[in-house]
Amino acid sequence: MPRTAKKNPVDNIFSLVTAAASFSVIILIIGILYVLVSESSLAIGRFGIWKFLSSTDWDPVKESFGALTNVYGTAFTTLLSLVIAIPVAIGIAIFVTEISPNFLKGPIGAAIELLAAIPSIIYGMWGLFTLSPIMSNHIEPFLKKIFGSVPLVGILFQGTPMGIDILTASVILSIMIIPFTASISRDSFNLTPSVVKESAYAIGATKWEVVKNVVIPYSKLGVFGGIVLSLGRALGETMAVAFVLGNNHRITTSLFDAAATITVTLANEFAEADTDIYLSSLFYLALVLFVMSFITLAIAKFFLLRAEKKYSR
Amino acid sequence: MKMFLKLAMALALVFSFAHAEAAELLNGAGATFPYPVYSAWAFDYNKVTGTRLNYQSIGSGGGIRQITERTVDFGASDAPLTPEQLGKDRLLQFPAVMGGVVPVVTIPGVKAGELKLDSNAVCNIYLGELKYWDDNRIKSLNPKVNLPHSGINVVHRSDGSGTTAIFTNYLSGVCPAWKNKVGAGTSVKWPVGIGGKGNEGVANYTKRTPNSIGYVEFAYAEQNKLSYTLLKNPAGNFVEPNFKTFEDAAATANFDPKKHFDLWLVNAPGKHAWPIAGATFILLAKEKTDSNKKVVKFFDWAFSNGDKKAKELVYVPLPKSLKDKIRAYWKANGI
Repeated sequence: MPRTAKKNPVDNIFSLVTAAASFSVIILIIGILYVLVSESSLAIGRFGIWKFLSSTDWDPVKESFGALTNVYGTAFTTLLSLVIAIPVAIGIAIFVTEISPNFLKGPIGAAIELLAAIPSIIYGMWGLFTLSPIMSNHIEPFLKKIFGSVPLVGILFQGTPMGIDILTASVILSIMIIPFTASISRDSFNLTPSVVKESAYAIGATKWEVVKNVVIPYSKLGVFGGIVLSLGRALGETMAVAFVLGNNHRITTSLFDAAATITVTLANEFAEADTDIYLSSLFYLALVLFVMSFITLAIAKFFLLRAEKKYSR
Repeated sequence: MKMFLKLAMALALVFSFAHAEAAELLNGAGATFPYPVYSAWAFDYNKVTGTRLNYQSIGSGGGIRQITERTVDFGASDAPLTPEQLGKDRLLQFPAVMGGVVPVVTIPGVKAGELKLDSNAVCNIYLGELKYWDDNRIKSLNPKVNLPHSGINVVHRSDGSGTTAIFTNYLSGVCPAWKNKVGAGTSVKWPVGIGGKGNEGVANYTKRTPNSIGYVEFAYAEQNKLSYTLLKNPAGNFVEPNFKTFEDAAATANFDPKKHFDLWLVNAPGKHAWPIAGATFILLAKEKTDSNKKVVKFFDWAFSNGDKKAKELVYVPLPKSLKDKIRAYWKANGI
C-alpha cells in the first residue's frame, strides 16, 4: 500500500488529511483531560480520590464535597433508562424490518430519526411542563398502588409522587436514546442474509422463531453496539434531565425521589459557584464522569471485540 | 501588486473601524438576574450616546472572576463582596438595581396576599420542623384563614442562584438554627423539599403542587400570578411585596460607602420594609480609571433616566438617597 501512496501525491495528501483528523481527536481528548485534572487539582488535594468518591456530602456553604450521590444518580438514571429503552427500541427495529408492511417502513424510520434531531433542551422543557404533571398525577400513583406494597420491589415506589424524580428523568432519557438503539438495531437486522431467513421460513419456522433464532443471534453485535452508543449518550445527557431531576444530593432508593447526576450538578451549579474549592470540585466531578464514560466504553468495546472474535471463528 | 495594495487598504479600513468601535464599547459580565434591565438600559443609552454595552450574563461567579482577571470593564454580582475581598483584588463596588424575593404558596382556598407568615414560620418550614399548614405557629398568625391539615410541600431552587443567596441570608439573619445547620449561599444543602431549576422551575412546581410553598423573584410571582404571602418585618408589621415596600427596605437599610455598600438587603428596619430583598452589584477595577469613568457614566445616566424602564421590567430602582450616596462614592474614589 505505501508504494501506491508514494506514486500518487493526491493519495498522499488524502492519507495525511485523514490522519490529521484522527490525531486531532486524540489531542483534543488529552487536552480535555489535562484541563480537567489541572482545574480540579485543588479539590483532589483537599479531598483525595477515595474520600471524594465515597463521600455523600455536598455542602457548598461548609465547603465539603463528595461525588457519591452524583455517581449514584448517574448510574441509576442511566441503567433505568436503558431498561426502559432497550425493549422498545428492539421492538421497533423488529417491527420495521420483519413485520411492518413496506409502506409503513419509511414513515416509522423517519419518525425515529426525527426523535434524535430534537434538541435536548426541548425534551427538558417538555419534561417539566408536560411529562412531569402526567407522571405525578397519573402514572406514578398508579405504579405506587400496584407495586408499593410488594416486598423488595416496593422500596422503589415509596414516597409522594411529585413528578420531579428518577423515574421521570429516566423516561425522558429513554426517549432520547431510543433512536440510537432502534436505528442501529434496524440496520443490523437488515444485514441478516435473506437466504438464511428464507431457509428458516422454508422449514416451517414462525415469524417469532425466525426473529428469535435467526435474526437476533445474527445481529446481536450490532444491537450491542447501539446499546453502548446510547449508554454513552445517557451518561452525558444534561439539559433534558436537569429540569426534572431536582438536583438533590442524597442517596435515595425510591424512583419517586429527586436525585442528582454529575451532569445535572454541573449544569445547575457551575455558573454560580463562587468559591475556588467549589469550582474545583465541580471540575473534579467532570473528571469523574470522564473516567466513568471511559471505563464503560472500554468494557463495552472489550465485550464487542471478544464477541466479534468468537463470531468470526 | 495592485491587488495587494487594495487588500492592505481594505484591511486598514477594517481595523480603523474596529478601533473606533472599541472606543465606544463597554464590556461587562456577570449576574444573570439583572441582565434584562442592563440590556434595556444599554439599548436606550446607545440611542442617546452611541456607546454600546456588551453584557454577558454568565453568572455572578464568572463575573467576579472576569473582573478579578481584568478581562472586562465591569463585573456584576448578585452577592456583595466583603471589603476584605475587594481590597485583596483591588476592586470597587456599588449597587445598581434591586429585586425582591417573595414566598409563594399554593393552598386550595387561600388567595394571594391572604396568608401571613413570620420569619420563625418560614424558617421552620424550610428546616422541615413545621410540617403541616394548620400548625399552631401558622394558625396563630392567620386566625381567619381556613388552613387544611395537609403536609407542606417545600420547593426550593435546584441550581445555584442569587435568589437563593438572598433567601438563605434572610433565614440566617432571623433564625439561628438555620444559620448553624444550613447557612447562606448561592446553593445550600437543603434539609427538605424538592428543587426546581430556575425561577420558572420553582414557579411551575409551586403552582402545580397543592399545599406547596416556594420562593421566587418578585417578577416571576407577578407574571405567573402566584399567590404571594405577607411577611412580618423586623418592625413588627405585616407587609405586602411591592415596589413601595422594596424601596422602603433600600432607603432604611444601612448601605455604607465605607464598606463599599457590602450589605444583604434583608431584614431592613423600615416600618414598611419588605424583609427579603437584594441589590445586585457592579464591580470595577480600581486602577482602570479611564474605563471606570465610562462605566460610571452609563450607570449615572441609568440612575437618572432608567427608573421607568426598570419598573416596566419589574426591577426595583434604587431610592434617591442611595443614588446620592453612590455618586458621592464615585467621586471619593476619583471617578
